[in-house]
Parts: sequence; C-alpha cells; structure tokens
Amino acid sequence: MSDLTRPVAPLAPAQGGPRLALRRALGHPSFLAGAVLTGLVLLAGLVSLLWTPHSATEIQVFNRLRPPSGTHWLGTDMLGRDVASLLMVGARNSLLVAVAAVTLGLSLGVFLGLLAAALKGWVEELILRLADFGFAFPSILLAVLIAAVFGPSTTNAVIAIGLFSVPVFVRVARAAAKAVWAREFVLAARACGKGRLRITLEHILPNVAPTLIVQATIQFAIAILAEAALSYLGLGTQPPQPSWGRMLNEAQTLIWQAPLLAVFPGLAIAVSVLGLNLLGDGLRDLLDPRLSERR
Amino acid sequence: MLLQVENLRVGLAGGPEAVRGVSFELAAGDTLGLVGESGCGKSLTALALLGLLPEGMAATGSIRLAGRELLGLPERALAGLRGDRLAMIFQEPMTALNPLHPVGRQVAEPLRRHRGLSRAAARLAAKRLLDRVGIPNAERRLDAYPHELSGGQRQRVMIAMALACGPDLLVADEPTTALDVTVQRQILDLLLELVEERGMALLLISHDLGLIGESVRRVAVMYAGLLVERGPAERLFRRLAHPYSQGLFAALPRLGAGAGGQGPRLSTIPGRVPALTALPPGCPFAPRCPLAEPACADWAPEALAVEPGHAAACRRLEAALARPEARPQAGPGP
Repeated sequence: MSDLTRPVAPLAPAQGGPRLALRRALGHPSFLAGAVLTGLVLLAGLVSLLWTPHSATEIQVFNRLRPPSGTHWLGTDMLGRDVASLLMVGARNSLLVAVAAVTLGLSLGVFLGLLAAALKGWVEELILRLADFGFAFPSILLAVLIAAVFGPSTTNAVIAIGLFSVPVFVRVARAAAKAVWAREFVLAARACGKGRLRITLEHILPNVAPTLIVQATIQFAIAILAEAALSYLGLGTQPPQPSWGRMLNEAQTLIWQAPLLAVFPGLAIAVSVLGLNLLGDGLRDLLDPRLSERR
Repeated sequence: MLLQVENLRVGLAGGPEAVRGVSFELAAGDTLGLVGESGCGKSLTALALLGLLPEGMAATGSIRLAGRELLGLPERALAGLRGDRLAMIFQEPMTALNPLHPVGRQVAEPLRRHRGLSRAAARLAAKRLLDRVGIPNAERRLDAYPHELSGGQRQRVMIAMALACGPDLLVADEPTTALDVTVQRQILDLLLELVEERGMALLLISHDLGLIGESVRRVAVMYAGLLVERGPAERLFRRLAHPYSQGLFAALPRLGAGAGGQGPRLSTIPGRVPALTALPPGCPFAPRCPLAEPACADWAPEALAVEPGHAAACRRLEAALARPEARPQAGPGP
C-alpha cells in the first residue's frame, strides 16, 4: 500500500491479448497469493449459501466447547454451534457488508472526485475540504454515532463503513482525474466540442478506472476489518446472524479455556485482509505497464 | 471575412502577457502560416481562437468568426462551435487520441455530437473520412485502437476527426512536427488538398519556416507575442524584411550547405527569446538584433509597409532590407 494517489497508467486495450495478460497475472507472486486467499474466502461464503457442515445457528448445549474433530472440523463454541459453519456464514456476511460498503463509498466518492476535477474552482475546494473533514473524523466514532441514532444493524454498519471510505475515493479519483484532464486527448476532445460531462464519462472515467479498481480492493480489506470491529463492539451484525467480529467478542471471555475459538475467526479476518491487500498490490503492478517492464 | 482577430492579448490574469496584441484576418479558402520559435505565443493564439486556453489564462481583444464575436461567448456556445465550425489538429498524434477508444468511434464523435447522426450513420461517415484521408482498409481500421496505428496514420485519423463536420476554419498546430520526415510531406499535402477541396480557411502554425513557405498563401512571423512581419508568402520570401525573419531563415539547414566544409556555416540567432516577465520596453528583438540602435529599445513596434500587403515592424526597415539576408538565394525550404 505504498503511494495510492499515484495514478495508474490506463489499461491499454488488448495489449498482447488476454492470454498474455493471464500469463502475466499468474506469474505475479503477490497477485497469485492474493487471488488464492481471496478466492478461498469467497468460496467459503458462496458454499455457505447452499451447504454448511452443520447448521450455523443451531444451539446444542450438550455439545459445547468441543475440540476439533471429524464431525466438528474446528470444534464447537460455548453454545454448541459448529465453528466451521459459523466461519463460513460469517465469511458471507463479511463479504456482503464489505461489498455494499465499498459500493456505497466508491460511487459517492468517485462521483464527488470526478465532479471536483471537472468543475474546479470553489466546487473542488468545497469537496476537498469536506473530504478533509471526513478524514479527520474518527471512523469508529462515526459508527457509534450512527448506531446510537439509528440503532445497531448490518445496514447501519454498511452506511458507516461506506461513508468512512468516501473521502479516500474522493481524493484518489480527483487526483487521477486531474492527471487525465491534463492530457492532450482531453484537449482534443474539447476541440471537438465535447462538454465536461461527456469528457468525464467517456475519457476520464475509463482512464482512471484501473486506479479506482486498485483502491477499491484495498478499501475492501479495510471494510472487512471495520465490519469485524463494529460487530465486536456490538454495533454491526446482530445475533443470531453469525459474524467474525462477534465470534471474537464471544470467545474473549473463554480465551483461557478455549483459545482456538478466538484463533479461528482471527485467522479468517487476517487471511481475508492479507489476501485483499496482496491482490490490490498485484493488481496495481499488473495494471501499470511501466512497473511491469521494470520487473 | 471569415475570421477577424483584432488586438488579441493572452496572458495570466493580471500577470505577464504571452500574446501582446495580435491582429490578422483570414478569408474562407485562404491559408495563413504563423511562424515563430517555441514560446513566442503562436500556440496560445491558436488555443485562444477555440476558447481552449489553459486554466488561469484569459484573452482580451476581439475574435470574430463570420462576424460573431467569440471572446466572452459562454462555454456552451463555444463547445457548439468547436468541432463543427472550428476544428483543430494537434502536434502529437500519439497523445491526442484516447488510447481506450477505437479510432472509428473517435472520428465519428463530432458527427454524433454536432449532427446527431445515429451510431450506424456516423460509422459509415467515419469510414468515408478514413478513406478520404488515405487510411488503407478503412472498414477494418475503424475498430483499431490508436496504438495499433503508425504515427502518420494517427495524424491522418486526427485530420479525419477535425474534418468530420466540415469546419469553416481549421487550426493546425505543428501538425507534422512529431512525424517522420518522410511522412511529413504526405500529411501536409493531404492537409492542403483537403483545405483546397472543401474551401476551408487554414491557420497553419509551425516553427519551420521552410515548411510554411511551401504550403500557405500568406505568412505571419511572430516574436515575443507580436507579429513582426507579415505578407503574401512568395513576396515575403523574396524580400525578408524583419531581421528576426532573416535570422530564422538563415538558420534553416539547406541541402549542400556546409558539406565538406564548402558552404556557409549554419547560422544561429544569438541570445534567446526574452522571458515574458522581462520583456524589453521597445522592440522585443532589439537585444538580439544585429542592426539594433539604442533608440530601438524605446521604439514601440508598429507595422511599416515594405510593399503593398507586406509589412514588417522594424524601426530600421531600410537597413534591414539592404542586408544580404533580406534576399535569400535559394527558394524557401530544403
């Protein structure tokens, strides 16, 4: 996650064909590792829609705190629920919240960022100062505020996390868009009589898309972490819906009796975040021909 | 008169001016070449015509297209003229095309924007345009991306794009500078042919006096934001009046010159273009001029007639015309 505001070079269409792109992607270690880890989490979430080893919500008090075994791969928690099933459903929940939150932050942030770059002047100043304010405001405090006013729920967690990522997208989108606005083909497009809206849609957006994709991947990891944190605090996903953050919270009191209960959800969070960060780094390299040539 | 530019000034708001009172006229079907070194204000003059000045720059004076004042026109009205009545070709065909769109779509763009053509109709028109500018296999090339074309082909695409709506005025800013020498001639010929064919007015901007001399009817030489000499091309090149024009011409390499130590040494103009913030009060060329007298530094440049239609802004016009450099032996260009 080095220099995120540096604009990524635009994708050259069909450069060397899709097969070469695939080969380059597979040859990139951090992209490959990130894709595998992220794919694992995604797969777990998807499979949980159709099948879990046991019910993720069924409580079996006589079966509580079992160590990992053939029937319960990762053991059971203090209410006798199957930890593997909980993790799988929790993955789905985490991904859903993260997708929704990043979509919210991305659309709002990119809209404002492109607007700032296109209109300049006081509009740009205003948007940037608002983004500064967003950066300065502690994100957890914002989430607590929203939860306090509207009540804790998954939807409110999505809104809180989404709003928190808006300033990031504003800055990245604006910086990248500014760089594209300065290019000659934009001047040529203006010489053809195109207005700012059409230039933004047809020339700016496609050219900043790679930068935004990379940023979205990173932001996705942050959203997963934030969802876990909010659920841990009881402000996110509500019971009985399983969530990694709440699993951590529940395992906390039994940390000495059943340490594995805390290890598994912690590991799940770490794997997703690491995977997405690696994926983002890899994507940035792959989408930037200048970097890949130096390799 | 199609285009009338009067006392055009371009500069940073409240700051130094890069174009300091330029006036010229251009009739339909006429061609005017604007020559000068980098930084003399020729590109800004071109951008001002289309209302595309960089941020922070402002133009004053008057630019009238077919009697309609363009300066101060709202952006929306200007955008309606650009690509339709006014078109521009840029120096770098590599960077002036969007790398992400097929060229056919980019050529069709002005037609869709200004003529409201359907996608299919615009595509057909784009194919005809690409055919006309000499791109082989135009039908297939419509779907090519800019990086799949050579520099010359890309400039042909730019020309097709600029001509799509049949503009009244075409501004070409160094259209051949970035191209291979072998392609330069072809592109220029194509441009001139199209201008002739469609009766457009052409403002050709270049630093290359030779190229200008061979291609346009009238020439204006620009220095430090001022037009220092202007006239019909053949008369001007027969009698270069301004010491700056003479210096520019003498600095042109000519075939055979200097070969085997025989010909004259390639000459240069001593000194450099003055910074916009440190312009001399009088004639801006005085510090570099071989004929300069102390009085030149206080002389506000004004156009003095050399012969009908040919004028130069030099205080020492008689002395300048008497120099051998005023009568170039060979024709213009290599």
